[in-house]
Amino acid sequence: METPVESMSVNGLDALEIPTLSPRALIWRRFRRHKMAMAGICILVFLVLYSVVGAFFVSESYANYTDTSKRLQPPSAEHPFGTDTVGRDILARTIYGGQISLLIGLFAVLVETVVGVLIGAIAGYYGGPIDSILMRFTEAMFNIPQLFLLLVMAKFFGGKIPTIQLFGRTFSGSVIVIILILGLTSWMYLARIVRADFLSLKEREFILAARTIGTSNLAIIFQHILPNSMAPIIVSATLGVANAILSEAYISFLGLGVRPPTATWGNMLDGAYNYIETAPWLWIFPGSLIVLTVLSINFVGDGLRDALDPRTLTQ
Amino acid sequence: MTQYIIRRLLQAIPLLFIISLILFILMRNTGDPLATMGGRRLTRPEDRERLARQFGLDKPIYVQYLYWLIGNDWTKIDMDGDGIPETPGTRKGVLRGEFGTSLVIRGKPVSTLIWERLPNTLLLMITTEVVIIIFSIIIGVYSALRQYSVIDHLVTTVSFVGYSMPIFFIALASMYLFAVNFKKWGLPYLPTVGMFDPQIGKTPAQVALHMVLPVFSMALISIAGYSRFVRATMLEVMNEDYIRTARAKGLPNFTILFIHALKNASLPLVTIIGLDIPMLLGGAIVTERIFAWPGMGRLFLDHVSRADTPVVMGILMLISVAVIVFQLITDIVYAWLDPRIRYT
Repeated sequence: METPVESMSVNGLDALEIPTLSPRALIWRRFRRHKMAMAGICILVFLVLYSVVGAFFVSESYANYTDTSKRLQPPSAEHPFGTDTVGRDILARTIYGGQISLLIGLFAVLVETVVGVLIGAIAGYYGGPIDSILMRFTEAMFNIPQLFLLLVMAKFFGGKIPTIQLFGRTFSGSVIVIILILGLTSWMYLARIVRADFLSLKEREFILAARTIGTSNLAIIFQHILPNSMAPIIVSATLGVANAILSEAYISFLGLGVRPPTATWGNMLDGAYNYIETAPWLWIFPGSLIVLTVLSINFVGDGLRDALDPRTLTQ
Repeated sequence: MTQYIIRRLLQAIPLLFIISLILFILMRNTGDPLATMGGRRLTRPEDRERLARQFGLDKPIYVQYLYWLIGNDWTKIDMDGDGIPETPGTRKGVLRGEFGTSLVIRGKPVSTLIWERLPNTLLLMITTEVVIIIFSIIIGVYSALRQYSVIDHLVTTVSFVGYSMPIFFIALASMYLFAVNFKKWGLPYLPTVGMFDPQIGKTPAQVALHMVLPVFSMALISIAGYSRFVRATMLEVMNEDYIRTARAKGLPNFTILFIHALKNASLPLVTIIGLDIPMLLGGAIVTERIFAWPGMGRLFLDHVSRADTPVVMGILMLISVAVIVFQLITDIVYAWLDPRIRYT
């Protein structure tokens, strides 16, 4: 990232009058102008509050409490979003489901970014046979449509990871499985971007300089090259969260996702299409929350892409 | 060009080999295909042993992969369990065009299973793709010509929402509106599930009627993204000098738009379509499940849940080949549309 020099180049006086903005301040200023992205941020904050603060009002045991005498009740004062097929309160389940869905989105992207950056960086930096082996593998993974790969991997890892206790709550092993497989099936695109960036950056003079003074390969990769290719990584990671939440919904919808009683927005939709005529509230509420989340993350990603684009840096 | 195609096809061989290896290892560890053999009862232990020998499931995984790849008619297998291989194998292997037989539907060849379903999926997919291309070009060109008009802004917003929409949400919502509510309001309503009404039979009209909702749901999402794309490239192309020249020499607007501009504007679209067709096959899993469409996606779901390796491998290899072929076709079409591109 280069500091803007245009304001200084006019004449010396201007440079004194206009304070030079740091790159970060510039990015923030450009991001703020993107109305849709700001709306996206607001909706996201609201959704996070909804699933975090909401948890103080209803307990998880209530969200998982089944009462078959009250099954498939339409929205009422007692159950504002209605009840599901075994009489659980849908409002409470969207709150706890939201936590899990958002967690899955964030952590899956973490896995995706780590794997994608590592493979892309190693392939791009070292080149040669390492590059061709890694890229053949990337290409092979790329050629299998993601949903098919996800379903096969969901079956592969299914039941192999035990339930864990964290922060006094029980996380079904299937949550970790989903995070892993979502991360492991979506890194290919990122790896390609990072590799392309590394290929061009490693030929630059500052890398040559770093190498001449004996900087280790690891330090060159992570301290000198990686910070220069952060912009596409950030954008791709942001959009990745939306994708991960969508993919989680797809596999949960197909019954291979997170196992009940743990709720996610995705697995609340599982089987909802059997009640399309009688109980539309089963899918309207969790479905709308998914759409709202994905939409606002996509807006934010779009805003970030514009704000981080170095070609518009001086605007 | 011919050389380029041949080289690309040769490169596809190791790629398909790696894909098949990854998938085979994953699939063989996903569960026990012999647990119930697709029936309700648990398989008896003695049957189990016999079946495992018969299918070669008792062998190490690399031998199983080898049998899947090149068959086992060159060796003998041990059928009676006395440790001495005596029966010659009968499988021919994928390389000789035989995908084996299903493990859960006894003795049914994988190719037969896939052939039964493939036409249904293709019918749905090709129709959807045609609808997508027609509508996204119309909408994209229109909003490029009327940039920043009300309709342009509306299209932008709707396409962003559509792009973020999971297919099942649109599917469920459209089912709810066009089938459930239209029925309630006494309007002519659309059927929701299956390929035809069993009471009427599989007539073309019935199939077409049952295709409306699935095609609508799938097309809506893709049209959203594609039309944005057409709009962007059209805006770019319309500012080129050669368009001004065409206008200056008095060509009719229609010719300029659809002959001169669209041909160049469609270049990036070709890439997107070529890369998206496999995605459409992937999206079909969910669509076929919701609308109970008897296609490949449902076949895949049914058999992946019962760890039926040969069928799942057959479907996935078919799709992988399709992906590679479509990439190649995309490159060729690209060169044909843009003579500046030369492959060597």
